[in-house]
Amino acid sequence: MDTILLGLQLVFNVETLLVILAASVFGVFVGAVPGLTATMAVALLVPITFYMDPVPAIAAIVTTSAMAIFSGDIPATYLNIPGTPSSAAYVGDSHLLARSGRARETLGVNLVCSVFGGIFGTIILVFVSPSLAEVALQFSSFEYFWLALLGLSCSIFIAIGSRVKAFLSLMIGLLLSTVGLDMMSGAPRFTFGIPDLMAGINFIPVMIGMFALNELMLFYGSRGDGRAMPSLSKDSVFSQVPGHLKAYWPNMFRGGSIGTLIGALPGAGADIAAWISYAVGKGRSKQKEAYGTGHIEGIVDASSANNSGISGAWVPALVFGIPGDSITAIVIGVLYMKGMNPGPTIFMDGSGLIYALFVVFFLANLVMLPIGYAAIRSAKVFILTPRKVLMPIILCFCIVGAFSINNSITDVWIMLIIGAVASILARCDFPMAPAILGLVLGTTLENNFMSSMLKSNGDLLAFFSRPISAGLGALVILLWLSPLLTMAYKKFKHANSNKAQELS
Amino acid sequence: MKAIINTKTVKTVTATLLLAASSSAFAAYPEKPITIIVPWAAGGGTDATARTIATALEEELGQTVNVVNRTGGSGVVGHSAMATARPDGYTLGLVTGELNMMHWQGLTNLTYEDYTPIGQINFDYPGIQVRADAPYESLEDLVAAIREEPKGTFQASGTGLGGVWHLAFAGFLMDQGMEADRVTWIPSQGAAPAMTELAAGGLEIVPSSVPEARSMIEAGRAKSLGVMGPERIESFPDVPTIQEAIGSDYLVGEWRGIAGPKGMDPEVVATLETALEAAYNSDTYQDFMSQQGFGTEWRNAEEFGQLMVEMDAVYGEIIENVGLGK
Repeated sequence: MDTILLGLQLVFNVETLLVILAASVFGVFVGAVPGLTATMAVALLVPITFYMDPVPAIAAIVTTSAMAIFSGDIPATYLNIPGTPSSAAYVGDSHLLARSGRARETLGVNLVCSVFGGIFGTIILVFVSPSLAEVALQFSSFEYFWLALLGLSCSIFIAIGSRVKAFLSLMIGLLLSTVGLDMMSGAPRFTFGIPDLMAGINFIPVMIGMFALNELMLFYGSRGDGRAMPSLSKDSVFSQVPGHLKAYWPNMFRGGSIGTLIGALPGAGADIAAWISYAVGKGRSKQKEAYGTGHIEGIVDASSANNSGISGAWVPALVFGIPGDSITAIVIGVLYMKGMNPGPTIFMDGSGLIYALFVVFFLANLVMLPIGYAAIRSAKVFILTPRKVLMPIILCFCIVGAFSINNSITDVWIMLIIGAVASILARCDFPMAPAILGLVLGTTLENNFMSSMLKSNGDLLAFFSRPISAGLGALVILLWLSPLLTMAYKKFKHANSNKAQELS
Repeated sequence: MKAIINTKTVKTVTATLLLAASSSAFAAYPEKPITIIVPWAAGGGTDATARTIATALEEELGQTVNVVNRTGGSGVVGHSAMATARPDGYTLGLVTGELNMMHWQGLTNLTYEDYTPIGQINFDYPGIQVRADAPYESLEDLVAAIREEPKGTFQASGTGLGGVWHLAFAGFLMDQGMEADRVTWIPSQGAAPAMTELAAGGLEIVPSSVPEARSMIEAGRAKSLGVMGPERIESFPDVPTIQEAIGSDYLVGEWRGIAGPKGMDPEVVATLETALEAAYNSDTYQDFMSQQGFGTEWRNAEEFGQLMVEMDAVYGEIIENVGLGK
């Protein structure tokens, strides 16, 4: 009890509270500006946290990442440009809703689901992190291989329009993911003698190119004012929320659970959580066809999942010092620097630091409500600003965002080239999202496949020799066969009813 | 007439200003912020070391020292960026042991000859970690088991193929009179994912620095059987050196130091060397390193240059034996 009080004392002081406030404004800004991402925001914070006390330092990172993941939905809704990769799964839905004049309503639902997801994940983090971390430790390369394959299959499964085009788009992403030094053989692939390419292609410049630049080209390539947007949406932020929550509360709990679990797995973060949750939601929904056409249910699924994924990623980070995603990878370094060594001792050291950290999590997610509301209200700048002024500014931020990931001009070129290619593909109705997921998961898929094969001396059956691995494998195969099975079932039913008619 | 005088005055003033500017450039070397390039990711051990030494250097030099991460390609990207920077003393880098490995594997043409050494600030020796419930009580048991079981029975991980811990472990096997590839190496992106695999039962051995395994050891998931260093690590007093455990004199590990591009002004190097030594001895740096369990070893510019030459030959031989040479 004393340590809990000590923890509260560490948080409720002027310095920490001011840091939380400042960090949430910073997070909202970075998330809402197309081109700047949550990972970049946290990386920018590292040198600053170096001069802070442990609790404010951690508070700054927690708050910034949670806020950025939410506010990535704002440009997704208004401009069809996801602010962070975690919003890419449902960017189609939110933008279509905005075009029918329901931008604020959509963002209101987004906000409430994000807060819910964040708090849900935090509760799990506080109460069951040791046992959840135990589950995460059961995952070896065999399980990660299937998980990556499941994520990739989901991107095809939820694609709108032609599945063949979605599949081809995925292949482009997988091709890009092979660039760089192959981890298994140490051989450079497709590097053309450019040292920067040895590191592979980072997905952030690619994402900026595919979404932001693509939108820019669409605007400059068309006469008039680009895509039509209602001049100013007058709908209220929160008035529709209770209705949607009443209809979709099971989705929120499901999204929260999926998000926390996937976030807790090292190597899978909020972005994959959003995809899988969206796909699961679509599979179980009564209105499957409505997904992707401006349907609020999918947004509930995915935006609960991506924020709970942020909290979930801290589970293995705190218990075993293993990063759950790219943000906690940075966080672990900061924890070490602050003398808070992750591991079971962090829960027992009696200084109250761990309780302070939990309180920070709750505060960060709660402060999201008012700040997020203010952000939604002020997001009308995206509509009020003439597009002729807005678009060049976005281009500047895209260049800054692409450069700042590795401080490398090569990334800016990658962004520009991908943007040009993407705008051609988009005009031919190829969906962009599977390509992003292919790039993000391609390396995971390949490396885990290769190291599994090395471990089992090339025995493919090894993928089914561990219980979790076998289960996941069966799930993937079932997902692949499901279109065939449904077709067969329909034919069977059809034939049966025909027979019945003949008989009668 | 007036105009001519004016022009003259202007010329004199300009000349004086130029002189003043150039002489001050020589007199007070760090007159603008210095950048230190780190070839590894923000948040990792090398990054933390770099940021701590940068803070200490800032106090010595009275100028801002920025840390910039240029990651990827097994260190090639960052090391290339340092070597190709202007040798004016404002862009330095944290060079790591990989510099002695990359060129042997044909990844780059860069060698130690492309850098101006300033000072070595750290040396980490690998430990040998196994699962906590593994049947080996000591390093002797493990080595005996590797020797008895057929080649390829044991699997180890901790870095990419040809990374520092891979080579250090292969060298250890050679030292024990076995083939360098008797234990299958499973490449991974670092020690942390390898420790996860170890705990999940995916492999048997993780040779990495002991601090990298700290959280798993404290969680009771892993144990360290020995460390390939000259003495025990202060924060892990129970882990014996391999000299104590099996009487081996094998010593190899990861060094880190500050260097600049080739062709730096000797005066600038001398200024930096003095400042770096003071920063190395500062409480900020020493406290951080001992708290983390990272090893501290100082070598001045000349000795550091010498070390790079020696280690280059050592790693060259190991890489040849592992079969990764190009």
